[in-house]
Amino acid sequence: MRQDPKTRNNYYSMLTRKMVLIMLLVSVIPMLLVSWSILYEFRTSYREKVFDHLCELVQKHTQGIDGFLKERLADIRFLAETFGFEDLSDESFLRDRLETLQKDYGPVFVDLGVINARGLQVAYAGPFRLERALYSSAPWFKNAMKTRYFISDVFLGLRGLPHFIVAVRENWNGEAWILRATIDFGAFNRLVENIQVGRTGFAFILNTHGELQTKAHEDIFRDTKTYMSLLKRTRSQKNRMTIVEARDFSGKKKIYVSTLLKDGQWMMVFQQDAGDAFSEFKGTRTTALVIILLGALAIATVALILSKMMVDRIARADREKERMNEQVIQAGKLAVIGELAAGIAHEINNPVAIMVEEAGWIGDLLQDEQFQNSANLEELKRAVGQIRTQGRRCKEITHKLLSFARKTDPRIQDVGVNDLIKELIQFSEQRAKYARVTINTRLQEDLPFVRASQSELQQVFLNLINNALDAMEKEGGILNITTHLQGDYLVVEVSDTGPGIPEANLQRIFDPFFTTKPVGKGTGLGLSICYGIIKKMGGEINVKSALGKGTTFTITLPTEPRTASGQSGGIQNTSSAKESHHE
Amino acid sequence: MNNGAQKPLKLLLIDDEKGFVEVMSKRLSKRNIQVTKALSGTGGIQALRGEDFDVAVVDLKMEDMDGLEVLKIFKTMVPQMPVIMLTGHGSEEAAREGIRLGAFDYLTKPCELEELVQKIHEAVGARR
Repeated sequence: MRQDPKTRNNYYSMLTRKMVLIMLLVSVIPMLLVSWSILYEFRTSYREKVFDHLCELVQKHTQGIDGFLKERLADIRFLAETFGFEDLSDESFLRDRLETLQKDYGPVFVDLGVINARGLQVAYAGPFRLERALYSSAPWFKNAMKTRYFISDVFLGLRGLPHFIVAVRENWNGEAWILRATIDFGAFNRLVENIQVGRTGFAFILNTHGELQTKAHEDIFRDTKTYMSLLKRTRSQKNRMTIVEARDFSGKKKIYVSTLLKDGQWMMVFQQDAGDAFSEFKGTRTTALVIILLGALAIATVALILSKMMVDRIARADREKERMNEQVIQAGKLAVIGELAAGIAHEINNPVAIMVEEAGWIGDLLQDEQFQNSANLEELKRAVGQIRTQGRRCKEITHKLLSFARKTDPRIQDVGVNDLIKELIQFSEQRAKYARVTINTRLQEDLPFVRASQSELQQVFLNLINNALDAMEKEGGILNITTHLQGDYLVVEVSDTGPGIPEANLQRIFDPFFTTKPVGKGTGLGLSICYGIIKKMGGEINVKSALGKGTTFTITLPTEPRTASGQSGGIQNTSSAKESHHE
Repeated sequence: MNNGAQKPLKLLLIDDEKGFVEVMSKRLSKRNIQVTKALSGTGGIQALRGEDFDVAVVDLKMEDMDGLEVLKIFKTMVPQMPVIMLTGHGSEEAAREGIRLGAFDYLTKPCELEELVQKIHEAVGARR
């Protein structure tokens, strides 16, 4: 049954590993699943929120810019419709108007110009020397002539600076004329530049050919393809707005928000690094991951400690079980030996009886007169006596065997242990004197009763006392017998100052037929009988021994709740048969 | 040594151990007890049919018949005859049962002869 410690340790460490693994699986997996789904949900809603926010932002600004353009156009329209070609052709009047406009709106309007149908600038007010400039071949002029109101793309024009033109076409005397104003590029650009989100979010405007309408930004020119597809997409969109997440030329993930303005001629694009846009989410995610990691770590630690503890407990239980098994085996051994012994004892009893009687018969015959003169009479008598003595010894042995095996008369009664011990000491006093052994007792008063068979308990104590006396026979010594109460258990200690029992023998001391006494002196049954009796009572018998110092037997017996005070008369009724094993 | 002076006691000894019965009868007759030997319960019953005895000694454990059965039959046949039982060590329970059934007493085997003789006289004395 006993495994070697290495296999056993392997088994326990495997058990620990399994338990840790299972605990980790059942706790970490749900945690991860929950965390992941929460994070996923959070990410989705956060993304939506960011997108919504960006869309709103871009829309607002688009409307603002659209509004700005329309207002500028309205300003020019107002001028053209209020004053007419003649007034405005007067350059000083035109300058006044420009000043008024600049006073109202700041330096948004750079200059004003009146152009006739042939493209000649008939009047000009502004910082450049553009009087009488001819615009007949300029694309903006051609476009402006086609529609009543016109806002041009940004272009360099005659002055070589980026600018754009707001123009209104009116009729005077059946001929078309145009009032145009140059809008300061910087002022316009600032409107767009104001859109700044996070570290990397910025906006710009493109025309339908993908040409930049605002100040250049370092990355824009390299991503024209993206913008063209964006334009296509935005145009197909109902609300003329689109938001996508895509990788740019360098493979960086970016968010693009685009919307059309200026009646679909321009497209405002807002772009931001996805990482930047979701930076808050990333922070949250990092925090969450750290928490999850710490949680997992805590779980792992707890799982490890818990498993260790449980496996320790299992190991202890296993050891306990093994001990129990050994005890069961011991008890089984006792039972088998008991049956065997009973059989042998019965078989032996009859021949021994005959032998003893035949010897007695010889003894009888020797008393006849014819033998009285025999020279060897005394020797014969001695021999007969010896046969009878040895026969009696056989009888003792068989009786011991039988009392060991006997399905005892199980008359369990209340036994006062102290009285029992006192009586047994009286039995043994003579022998103790002979062996130069002093018997000391320290018996606790008012001990409770023990439920036991009187004769069995007697047998146990007598056995222990006899063994102790045997052990001290050569040198003499002290026999200590103490009783005391320990919780609900009565503890009896029988200790001698004999030579002690070697470790190797100590383990076998309760085995049947184990004896260290010389051949013929002991049957080796005494202690195994004691063991059987005490176990049957639900008690314990233990032995401690130190070589050269002595041996102590400790018996623990379960007690009755009542006390045994005044109990002394219950031990007298021992039958003659039972007395025989006290000899 | 008052062998001739007194009329010997008549004893019926029933035990299936022949050696035991032989030696016992010799030793008892030397003590002025005349023994009729029976090696089985049935043999004992037959012997009792033929004559009267002062006392019977019956082994409790025999092959053909339980000693207690023999005792019961004896008690119906000759209720006034005392019966002493012999029992192995450890079978005292059966012996006590025997006493309940009317046996005079019991002795544990192997017993001292003197003890048995004393018991026999006690039993006979009690009857008289």
